[in-house]
Amino acid sequence: MNMSVGSERVQIRVTVNGQVHQREVEARQLLVDLLRETLGLTGTHIGCDTSYCGACTVLLNGEPVKSCTLFAFQAHEADVKTVEGLSHNGDMHPLQKAFVQCHGLQCGYCTPGFLMSSYALLSKNKRPTDDQIRKALAGNTCRCTGYQNIFKAVRSAADTLAAGTQ
Amino acid sequence: MYPAAFRYYRAATLEEAASILSQAGDEARPLAGGQSLIPLMKLRLVRPALLVDLNSIPGLSSIKSEQGVVRIGALARHAQLADSELSQLIPILHDCAAGIADAQVRSRGTIGGSLAEADPSGDWAPVMLALSAEVRTQNSKQQRTIALGDFLKDAYTTALANGELVREVAVKVPAKNSGGAYIAFKRCASVYASASAAVQLTMADRSTCEQAHIYLGCVGLVPLHATAAEAELRGRELTKERISAAAEAAMEAAAPHSDMRGSAEYKKVLVKHVVKKGLEVSLRRSRGEQVEVSHEYVGRI
Ligand SMILES: Cc1cc2nc3c(=O)[nH]c(=O)nc-3n(C[C@H](O)[C@H](O)[C@H](O)COP(=O)(O)OP(=O)(O)OC[C@H]3O[C@@H](n4cnc5c(N)ncnc54)[C@H](O)[C@@H]3O)c2cc1C
Ligand code: FES
Ligand code: FES
Repeated sequence: MNMSVGSERVQIRVTVNGQVHQREVEARQLLVDLLRETLGLTGTHIGCDTSYCGACTVLLNGEPVKSCTLFAFQAHEADVKTVEGLSHNGDMHPLQKAFVQCHGLQCGYCTPGFLMSSYALLSKNKRPTDDQIRKALAGNTCRCTGYQNIFKAVRSAADTLAAGTQ
Repeated sequence: MYPAAFRYYRAATLEEAASILSQAGDEARPLAGGQSLIPLMKLRLVRPALLVDLNSIPGLSSIKSEQGVVRIGALARHAQLADSELSQLIPILHDCAAGIADAQVRSRGTIGGSLAEADPSGDWAPVMLALSAEVRTQNSKQQRTIALGDFLKDAYTTALANGELVREVAVKVPAKNSGGAYIAFKRCASVYASASAAVQLTMADRSTCEQAHIYLGCVGLVPLHATAAEAELRGRELTKERISAAAEAAMEAAAPHSDMRGSAEYKKVLVKHVVKKGLEVSLRRSRGEQVEVSHEYVGRI
């Protein structure tokens, strides 16, 4: 075979939370490790590392994805948003406030993933039904809360945001 | 968990990707959504030396409807299909696309990757078989068209030759007097189904069935064609009893294995349920009713 085809290192240019990063990465580097290890954004968590739990959820061009199941090179020329990108000038996002108010977390390990899945939903759907909220969160696992308070937090944030944009 | 090191190549055209793959042989793999391939690479069950990325190839995710045929590009993502206008035209596509795994997997996973993976529990194969889909493939020089039934050879095995790629999937738009539905039952969102049924009915009038296509997922190495169930319906009036008899026949035909998703007996009962519901919804849709269904799981039935 032609051994010159392709390379083990790849040049990428990726925008994370509005900041452009240019890096040479190993082809096998996962997006979650680019974020956590290379860029120091440790808010995105690794739970299962097997594409199941959703703790590693980030937005890629506005779509929720599991960053443990994506190579870093797949974010080339793309826009990535992580949990660090939710707050604004030190003020928490309404979703984050609602998680605090509704006790939507206990240990907090799953929370970044739930926040990003919820954020993806509310960016597209300003007035989600209860069923749409549940479906949007179905790819995220929480071992502490029993989910009811997470649902309440997202419901409450959605209602707050919708009231603000009337 | 880290995949073994590999070389990466971003292909500009499908022909180029096919050409590189044919030279590289077994050492290389195409990368579409990566939602099957990357988990396998992380477990090192698959260790390609070269990944040929299809994601930058222009036009490969288009969805077009012309002259009564819908052409879906190999790189069309589950989420894109769920949101497309096609859902109105062929509701069974929406049932499937909107229910696969979870929102995160649907953002990335593609229809071409799903069919090429040929997982016995994959959702697209039974649906596309019920619609008599054809797969259009591409190697470095030419294209060919394969009926999906011939494309799917065995579990995880397709008719694709070395260096041959899925280019698009084509289905005829079903006639006005028809209706279809895909019902899958799974244990929770982010897992493959335990049993599923894809149903597509063509009606002679409001209640007489002219043609029925029924395929069962997860209960064989490839989707099972429920011919006995179809025979129960063809040319007959679709009464409650008739629908139950067809569901019963499908259950008899299913040969599931016991595994972590449930015992063989349990899965047979699930088959009866998904076929019955699939037929009921298909019949209502054939009469122009809007019915929303998707994958079912505990907490979401
Ligand atoms: C947590 C989880 C749950 C899931 N649950 C379900 C489910 O319930 N139902 C379901 O159907 N799927 C499920 N999937 C799988 C998902 O739908 C995948 O997206 C799909 O099976 C493969 O598509 P892909 O685009 O991701 O392909 P990839 O992973 O990129 O590729 C899969 C295989 O096909 C080859 N390939 C890719 N594209 C082509 C092409 N155009 N031509 C030839 N070969 C090609 C690749 O080399 C590889 O061998 C799940 C995945 C995950 C991670
Ligand atoms: S860490 Fe990515 S899905 Fe669990
Ligand atoms: S709060 Fe602990 S896992 Fe969800």
